[in-house]
Amino acid sequence: MSLSAHAGRLTIPLTLLCVTWCIVAHGDEAQDARAREEIHKYREMLQEGNPAELSEARGEELWSTPAGPRQATLEQCDLGLGPGKLDGAYARLPRYFPDTKQVQDLDSRLVTCMIELQGRTREQAIRDWHKPSSEMEALVTFVAGKSRGVKIEAANTRSEEQQMSALGEALFFRRSGPLDFSCATCHSHPDRRIRLQEVRDLLLPADARAVLTQWPAYRVSQGQVWSMERRLIDCMRQMRWPEPQYQSEAIIALEAFLQKNADGGVMQAPGIKR
Amino acid sequence: MKQGRRQFLKSGGEISLLALMATAGLLPDVVSSAEEWNQAAFSAKSVDDVVKLLGGSAPQQSDQVILNGPEIAENGAVVPLEISSALPDCDSIAILIEKNPNTLAATFDIPPGTLPDIQTRVKMNETCNVYAVVKSHGKFFYAAKEIKVTLGGCGG
Amino acid sequence: MANAIKVRTKLDGDVALIRLLISHPMETGLRKDAEGQLVPAHFIELLTITYKDRTVLSAQWGPAVSRNPYLAFRFKGAEKGEKIKISWLDNLGESRTDEATIE
Repeated sequence: MSLSAHAGRLTIPLTLLCVTWCIVAHGDEAQDARAREEIHKYREMLQEGNPAELSEARGEELWSTPAGPRQATLEQCDLGLGPGKLDGAYARLPRYFPDTKQVQDLDSRLVTCMIELQGRTREQAIRDWHKPSSEMEALVTFVAGKSRGVKIEAANTRSEEQQMSALGEALFFRRSGPLDFSCATCHSHPDRRIRLQEVRDLLLPADARAVLTQWPAYRVSQGQVWSMERRLIDCMRQMRWPEPQYQSEAIIALEAFLQKNADGGVMQAPGIKR
Repeated sequence: MKQGRRQFLKSGGEISLLALMATAGLLPDVVSSAEEWNQAAFSAKSVDDVVKLLGGSAPQQSDQVILNGPEIAENGAVVPLEISSALPDCDSIAILIEKNPNTLAATFDIPPGTLPDIQTRVKMNETCNVYAVVKSHGKFFYAAKEIKVTLGGCGG
Repeated sequence: MANAIKVRTKLDGDVALIRLLISHPMETGLRKDAEGQLVPAHFIELLTITYKDRTVLSAQWGPAVSRNPYLAFRFKGAEKGEKIKISWLDNLGESRTDEATIE
């Protein structure tokens, strides 16, 4: 059989194959797009009536409640803008604090204040931090809420801050654990998803902003507000990495790196998530 | 489902603690309205059984009952619903979730002057039909909608 | 009160839109905690909302209502400055009454 005859024979099946592929591929795309749309609608429907507001109100009360051996409130707590200055403070964390000589995030700075102002021990301050309706949950929600509408200003001027975000970046790309995952495995490509969940490309400023401006967030799955730090620790767990200790340097470094990518994003936390 | 302390108190002797509390004016407003939680309805395992236990039978599908909800719920723990009715008179609205361990999620009595329009959030065990059942002039009407419940990915 | 319930009211003519967020675990009794123990059922069974002396909504809930329940509804004949009362009673006999002003 001549080549042209062969070609003629192949044309129809090839055409069918192409058409089928197009239908399937576009069918897939269409389904993907619809699923994403529907999930966005679901998320929209949850925006009104965020149970995080209940935690926020609790946090506001706790802020002015005397506690610890010194029976002091947290009202003089310095979150980076001066003692008691809450508005916009969360949008500038993590940052370096001269009194502790450390780069701290909100969770760890609250503990510093509980120790310094209220005379509590570190152990007392973080006791049951992850349990429902914990003090930390309420305080983190309250303080973050005071940055609503404020632009994220990632602290990146001091060498300590730069070192932390560099460390965070290294951790982001480091493959480890039994699955040989890094954060980048999932979070460095556009349009990725796990089952029906979009997985954001955290290296893209637009995506990083979309994420970081929504935390802390009420997580419907747990019925609790989680801080950004807590959410990152849980990501590690999901990657089958050993979980970093609460408020450890490693996790704050990762936060610092992500916050840097999210610079300029307008805070909307507390958000609400699945 | 156990009734807990309330049942225990009521099954006591001639003079129950509840009665004593009522006399002393110590009951919260809800209980003094003498409403009894419909345990049977809340333990029923099918749409038909629930409707029967709510005092109805053979509910009719109606376009005048509007059930709004997401097509896909990212998490079955919180599924937002809005139910409204354009039927003349709406005495009550009930929310039924077909494949939940117990079908009935909630009932709302709509007194005169209150609009037949409720928004709330329910738990769904799995993808299934959700029913909004409205009682109007003693008859039962419903709207149904399938809501898909996804299995988590990573979650935001 | 602020952390046990959040109430938002909106008046449109004489129709009040009421949106509630109630702090309550609404446990089904079927869930296991981190240690593998069943968490006992704990959920609101009865809810009554009154305006002046009139019941504007009464509800019976089961544990399938979501944790930290959200509820929105509207009623007629509302006036600014008047109060609504929200009472609930749960399966463990716990109860609460809160008031809110129509704004």
